[in-house]
Amino acid sequence: MPYRHDLAGTRYVFPDLKTLLARATPFRSGDALAGVAAASASERVAAQMALADLPLQTLLEEVVIPYEDDDVTRLILDRHDIAAFAPIAHLTVGGFRDFLLAEATPEILTALRLGLTPEMVVAVSKIMRLQDLIAVAAKCRVTTAFRNTIGLPGRLSVRLQPNHPVDDPHGVAASTLDGLLLGAGDAVIGVNPATDSVAATTTLLHLLDAVRDRYAIPTQTCVLAHVTTTLRCMAAGAPVDLVFQSIGGSEAANRSFGITLSLLHEAHEAALALRRGTVGQNVMYFETGQGSALSAEAHHGVDQQTIEARAYAVARVFSPLLVNTVVGFIGPEYLYDGKQIIRAGMEDHFCGKLLGLPMGVDICYTNHAEADQDDMDTLLTLLGVAGVTYIIGVPGADDVMLSYQSTSFHDALFLRGMLGLRPAPEFEIWLERMGIAAGTAERIPAKLAPALVGLA
Amino acid sequence: MSVPVLWRDLRRFTPARVALGRVGNGLPTDAQLAFQAAHAAARDAVQAVLDIPALQADLRQVGLAASVVHSACPDRRTFLLRPDLGRRLRDTAGLPLAPGCLAILLCDGLSAAAVQRHAPPLLGHLAGRLERMGPIAIAVQGRVALGDEVGDAVGAEAILVLIGERPGLTAPDSLGAYLTWQPKRGCTDAERNCVSNIRPDGLPTAAAADKLLWLIMRMRALRLSGVGLKDEQPAISQAGLDQGRSIPAVGP
Repeated sequence: MPYRHDLAGTRYVFPDLKTLLARATPFRSGDALAGVAAASASERVAAQMALADLPLQTLLEEVVIPYEDDDVTRLILDRHDIAAFAPIAHLTVGGFRDFLLAEATPEILTALRLGLTPEMVVAVSKIMRLQDLIAVAAKCRVTTAFRNTIGLPGRLSVRLQPNHPVDDPHGVAASTLDGLLLGAGDAVIGVNPATDSVAATTTLLHLLDAVRDRYAIPTQTCVLAHVTTTLRCMAAGAPVDLVFQSIGGSEAANRSFGITLSLLHEAHEAALALRRGTVGQNVMYFETGQGSALSAEAHHGVDQQTIEARAYAVARVFSPLLVNTVVGFIGPEYLYDGKQIIRAGMEDHFCGKLLGLPMGVDICYTNHAEADQDDMDTLLTLLGVAGVTYIIGVPGADDVMLSYQSTSFHDALFLRGMLGLRPAPEFEIWLERMGIAAGTAERIPAKLAPALVGLA
Repeated sequence: MSVPVLWRDLRRFTPARVALGRVGNGLPTDAQLAFQAAHAAARDAVQAVLDIPALQADLRQVGLAASVVHSACPDRRTFLLRPDLGRRLRDTAGLPLAPGCLAILLCDGLSAAAVQRHAPPLLGHLAGRLERMGPIAIAVQGRVALGDEVGDAVGAEAILVLIGERPGLTAPDSLGAYLTWQPKRGCTDAERNCVSNIRPDGLPTAAAADKLLWLIMRMRALRLSGVGLKDEQPAISQAGLDQGRSIPAVGP
């Protein structure tokens, strides 16, 4: 069904919902690459005005990818909770924005979650400024647990990412110890393997589990291998806390990752069966990022932010411990510069939180993007105020395996310090017990002796 | 070696920026400026231009010849903003037919220096040990999937693309190697195997050649590449297959 809006004497027509959503999106290079971006600033605002007038109900009736063609669309509509949606069923997208800013409380937002679809949350985000995205996300409460509790108010967790160019166990252990000494690791100690093989993944799983065990750290570990690799590691008895997988917002995008929904279900069941969690059983870890569907030519003409939010509907089926958008990793053809990366990071965090996910952000950029440390500081600070669940920590912000810049352990300390945020409670107690809280000594505390984890 | 007792002792185990020290919650000045210098070098590497005559001369040194093809990108800015054009051949002129072979494409990708420095020695290690080694082409402003069109045009059973990876702060000249069975336009990244981080301080070219030969042997035996072809070779498995963050085409 076509949508139209008159603005300053010009009539703008949008042939269908996905076009309306795309034209209403703040500019980014990926939408231009896909040929779906607004042709002018005025067309963009006209689309935003038309979108604001759209009843939320319409977003349940018209889909961006046909139901019969796409299992993500089916998942979104089949699992939509009409009763949860009822309190806002009468609103337009614009009215929903006003409701979120003025009336919504943490309790209301929690009750609303399953009544919201990705299309509803992206639609409202497209007519929001950054401060709106911050104000509403900060009201969302999402708590998950495995060996510690993540997402409590006033807390900021950190994924310790001790990557090494060739998966050298000593190198991974050294970066892990560096991060622990700087208070990182409560979200997960998670390595991206340079080699996605059962053997290499198994070696890293045993290493991380040994570090966690020797220092008695109340946290979880993960090797971010492909889900098929992790399934084979679990079958062989390797110590798997969390199953990782990159996911996308269309069936075709997931196919490009080599996964299906049933494969994710299989992995979820296998990880639950291991019963390794002590304070909770959230066993999945997902990563997403705007642009991945387009890069796999699996976007169906839908704008990259909308496809991204649809990936969150996939994620929430599996009650993940952690989800993060790797916002600046994909490159300038999707998010060209710091401004676009910052906007996308704030959108993704908002959409994920509103849908009920434990949303972290890999605040990052690559060396072929027009971005630098100042842009990352801006996004870091905005996300801290918005209540981001966790961020990434790599030594000195430099990932020596994946060749990109993320946030550092220092960045996390900066954010915790400036905003008065604390680590996950179980982990905070551990930091104090190990004598790490000060974290400025040159000497490594005896309780964290490197020899305990094979560094000698 | 002695047991590490000081924080800075951790540095000997990893090239990562560990034990940087702290001023408040920030970085000490020397660490801060060292980071900025590395970023500047990486930014400059992205803009560097492949010296094709020099590359061809280096290949001749190891007894190999290479033709030159172009992607549909006229310049660097277009390359950065239009990956679709970086995956398309401008034309197939100069590509010989070589059915059933393993064709090889060298692409500047995001680091011309990587291909310039590491592709000739890597191919030197492969030459003579690789059965049915096909023609070699050099492409400028090219991405991994450009190999699909090249392989298809040549009639190859598989393509090996050697391409400059996205420059990192420690490695502005890291080479990636992508294997694709039955290359044709539309292959997804899940259908490829990758050996990454090929450089002297990462995966040296001799070890990378061993790894690739093993993968090529398995690929030919299974008649497939990608997630169905797991890297299960013993002993030398410590390096670079499939970067764990598997967002497609994030690399070059």
